[in-house]
Amino acid sequence: MSFIEVTLRLLTGFKQTLLIFALTLLFSLPLGLVIAFGSMSKFAPLRILVKVIVWIVRGVPLMLQIFVVYYVPGFILGQPLASRFNSVILAFSINYACYLSEIYRGGIESISLSQYEAGQVLGMTKTQIFFKIILLQVIKRILAPISNEVITLVKDTALARVIMVVEILKVAENFATKALIWPLFYTGVFYLLFVGVLTLLFGYCERKLGYFRA
Amino acid sequence: MAVLEVNNLSKRFGTSEVLKEVSFTLSQGEILAVIGSSGSGKTTLLRCLNFLESIESGSIKVHDRVLFDSNDQVKYDENDIRQRRLHFGLIFQSFNLFPQYTALENVTLAPILALKKNSDSSTYRSKLSEDIRAEGIALLERMGLETKQDSYPHQLSGGQQQRVAIARALALKPDILCFDEPTSALDPELTGEVLKVIRSLADGNTTMIIVTHEMQFAKEIADNIMFLDEGMVVEYGNADEILSNSKNERIMKFLDRYESTGDY
Ligand SMILES: Nc1ncnc2c1ncn2[C@@H]1O[C@H](COP(=O)(O)OP(=O)(O)O)[C@@H](O)[C@H]1O
Ligand SMILES: [Mg+2]
Repeated sequence: MSFIEVTLRLLTGFKQTLLIFALTLLFSLPLGLVIAFGSMSKFAPLRILVKVIVWIVRGVPLMLQIFVVYYVPGFILGQPLASRFNSVILAFSINYACYLSEIYRGGIESISLSQYEAGQVLGMTKTQIFFKIILLQVIKRILAPISNEVITLVKDTALARVIMVVEILKVAENFATKALIWPLFYTGVFYLLFVGVLTLLFGYCERKLGYFRA
Repeated sequence: MAVLEVNNLSKRFGTSEVLKEVSFTLSQGEILAVIGSSGSGKTTLLRCLNFLESIESGSIKVHDRVLFDSNDQVKYDENDIRQRRLHFGLIFQSFNLFPQYTALENVTLAPILALKKNSDSSTYRSKLSEDIRAEGIALLERMGLETKQDSYPHQLSGGQQQRVAIARALALKPDILCFDEPTSALDPELTGEVLKVIRSLADGNTTMIIVTHEMQFAKEIADNIMFLDEGMVVEYGNADEILSNSKNERIMKFLDRYESTGDY
């Protein structure tokens, strides 16, 4: 098989990798914020429930969670709840939302109470205070830890292959079973290039938010 | 007619009584200086007036309208409290500007948000927000900050930041402006510019409550003085009389300390 052919096959796998990556972020970024609010709720039962969920999700290997989401409904209902691909997205989104929620929470709690009070005495509503004053300061503070999570996600997508979702590493493994080893190492180039792009993107965002100090 | 009437206001944190039956009135354009040693409850008093703290008992009236009365047993929702807050403006010791907004945006943010919430016609709204912007610029000019309207807080000195904070509070046209030690977070050479601005407001008939350690300034600007000690009003009355011939031992001690350290 020629280099070009292998590259094209790996690219189709990489398309799947990117899709898992993008959908996971799409769902987990907002879901993480909801979970963060839950873990800061004044209503103790909700807060405790959310904290237990976060503990479980962060305490169990992501691979196991993928198995659970795909196979456990099958045992109980007799058929899987979701397709292989959707199971991966569901497991990834919940897992990443829990990690992100802790980053959000840390960021939100690091903003001084006096910023809220300054908004309050100006007659702003709670929603206005959060979205117009607090949020951007939080984003600026959590950009670096978020970029860590995002880069980890790029590589975690490779776990999708444990339930036969064919992303780039699975494609390369299929070559390997036919005694073609080098594509396996060649995948590293794809990951590195993509992470490079993301690093530049986060650097750009950081510079964009550099106009103020918080 | 009294602009503000505070009656028997009491406040507890847990078991410690921080304010004990504080009463006073303010008439239009009156300036009240609140003095007292650290921990005497000055900040808490201003925070209660601005509804940042819950109040155990007492009442607050503005222009004869009851804003709070512990006898009424009514529970105010967030919206009520928000409306009531607008009668007061509060200038914090540490400015608390919004770091991601320019000086002008800090001043216009709240009025523009209020506008968006209250008016529905969008053409009318864009005209009004132009007005708010023009007013914001005028306010910053009054604060001597005409060249700084596009600066971000971290690009301003403490004195400039505090003047932006004063403009921000004025933009909502409160009935009573409250200052919590407005110059005590500033380097000595920067206090003058802030005091000058407050003086100019005094000439403009603004009703103000000023918590301050600047005795000279209090003497010069205040109509009345309230001396708080452990949450109690120990002395309250005409500024000149209290500062020049008070017979109260605690206030004498307090004045001695501040005048002898030259802390004004
Ligand atoms: N949030 C709070 N919780 C408990 N105690 C408080 C709180 N805020 C202030 N206090 C106490 O109330 C008293 C008055 O504080 P404060 O009003 O800040 O005094 P001042 O401004 O005159 O220095 C102090 O003893 C202080 O420790
Ligand atoms: Mg204080």
